[in-house]
Amino acid sequence: MFAEAPLPAPAPARRVDRTARVALLVLGVLYAVAFLAPVIAPYSPSQQIDIVAMKNRPPSLAHPFGTDRFSRDVLTRVLYGARLSLSIGTLAVLVAAIVGTAYGLVAASFGGVVDTVLMRLLDAMLAIPRVLLLIAILALWNPLPLWMFVVLLGLTGWFDVSRLVRAEALTVREREFVLAAQSLGAGRARIMIRHLLPNVLAPVIVTTTLGIGNVIVLEAALSFIGIGVREPAASWGTMFHEGTEVFAGTWWAALFPGVAIVVTVLCFNIVGDALRAALDPRQLPRAPRALVGTRTAAGTATVQ
Amino acid sequence: MRRFVAVRLLHAIVVLFLVTTIAFFLIHLAPGDPFSFENSNIPGQVRDQWRHQFGYDRPLIEQYGRYLGSVARGQLGFSHSQRLPVSQVLALALPRTLLLMSLALALSFALGIQLGVYEAMHWRARRARVTNAVSLLIYSVPDFWFALMLLLAFAYWIPILPAGGMVDVVLHPYMSGLEAFWDRVRHLLLPLLTLTLLLSALIARYQRAALLEVLPTDYVRTARAKGADERLAVRRHALRNALLPMITLGGLAFPALLGGAVFVERVFSWPGMGMMVTTAIFVRDYPLILAAVIVGAAMVVLGNLLADIAYAWADPRVRVR
Repeated sequence: MFAEAPLPAPAPARRVDRTARVALLVLGVLYAVAFLAPVIAPYSPSQQIDIVAMKNRPPSLAHPFGTDRFSRDVLTRVLYGARLSLSIGTLAVLVAAIVGTAYGLVAASFGGVVDTVLMRLLDAMLAIPRVLLLIAILALWNPLPLWMFVVLLGLTGWFDVSRLVRAEALTVREREFVLAAQSLGAGRARIMIRHLLPNVLAPVIVTTTLGIGNVIVLEAALSFIGIGVREPAASWGTMFHEGTEVFAGTWWAALFPGVAIVVTVLCFNIVGDALRAALDPRQLPRAPRALVGTRTAAGTATVQ
Repeated sequence: MRRFVAVRLLHAIVVLFLVTTIAFFLIHLAPGDPFSFENSNIPGQVRDQWRHQFGYDRPLIEQYGRYLGSVARGQLGFSHSQRLPVSQVLALALPRTLLLMSLALALSFALGIQLGVYEAMHWRARRARVTNAVSLLIYSVPDFWFALMLLLAFAYWIPILPAGGMVDVVLHPYMSGLEAFWDRVRHLLLPLLTLTLLLSALIARYQRAALLEVLPTDYVRTARAKGADERLAVRRHALRNALLPMITLGGLAFPALLGGAVFVERVFSWPGMGMMVTTAIFVRDYPLILAAVIVGAAMVVLGNLLADIAYAWADPRVRVR
């Protein structure tokens, strides 16, 4: 078969792991903040402190991130925003992972006409630009309850997952242990769940982790144009008010939620990359530990 | 090759048909219709007359049939918010988006590939690790927020660039040729910078990974053993194969830019497809929304098709199969 040489590491493994560990720690803190927002936050997210005197105040000791045009504390809203943004991201990606895995498994294990039809349908759905589709549905069916928004984000994000799962399941299906299970009389459902599913989970976990960042950005963008999460609910996306802050010069109201998004997405990307390296060594250029540090890393070739 | 293209074209048509169907029903099944949400001063009779005029009072299946028929004849319907045929609205908006996108694509591939090669060649050096970290950071920045921050920096704090639009609305008609051109460039700069920076960060990451995958292969080692210096081994021998994933990425980036352009265009009031579709949605202009989805899907299909053809052209291993 195809001979694959070990690849040079992008950075020594220990450093990658350390970065990933820091990123994971930051994510842990973010989730904790989201969970504890009512305890940590100095105000309530919709509390208008003083609509005349405390409107659009720049950052100060009392309000480290300033106040917005409704005289609400921006720090409080960023903390509460973590709740909505993180839970929307996490749940939507879970929906996508479940639907995508099921779809891919069914396509792979039935094969034949079922597979062809499902894949053609998938091609069509992949061809619809996700952003346009989401904008159209969200704006026309407005107002949708929050859980529907989450489900929609999930339902428009599973196509890649199911492609990966199908490809992986197709190769696993040909392996001896599946044949053994079949000859022992295992039915299609049992093989799908007991034998195929555990073996296709690794790519699902990786794409799901990388997908959370995407969904958080998407949620923010949709809320930014006013059709995702709606005011006065605080998600990181609703805090931009279509960018009017920028022209009012109240940069703090636009800067801090954006920084929160960037930090979160960055951490998910780092952790996702590290997971990919750990779970699927073929996909990421990275040497086995023994080879780390050798200049060309042209050592033994593993044959698959 | 001809057969391959023919089969793929047929697939493309099937996909576009499915997209049209899915989008049509998703949009038309939404509660209400284009005329139920306008100004409350308009009496019900007038609304009914409009509905009748545009055919929204017919059974959905009939509307679908009529729509398919008109699309097959190359007519995409009539936009009632712009009071123009949809094709005319598209003819105005699409070139503006394509201008932005093609410039962004060209610049970011040029920049991203160079950066990716640099990062892969010096993967152990501190500088390359720094640029790699920076490209990961940029890759994690939401496009609309980046656009907002650029606006804040260059249109508000240091007001040297216009905040939006394509040209200066008041003065542009009075400018001489060169001035008018400079005016256009100034308006193009910020949206172009946003799209280019974000896309080139993505490209750099892919290029780096692709090159790192190729560098330890036997033929690169052979090239080194035969005395090629590092530059030659990388640029002449390794990069050629590591460029193949870029073809696929190009096919994907082309339509992805359209999605990103929706928000970036909105921030910079760039009157292209993205602006058109968001305004169309808020006034429930069904034919315009549908047309935007179909055009978007056509771009995805076209991008994939071109990427496949380019791949077959560039990689003999695919052709033989």
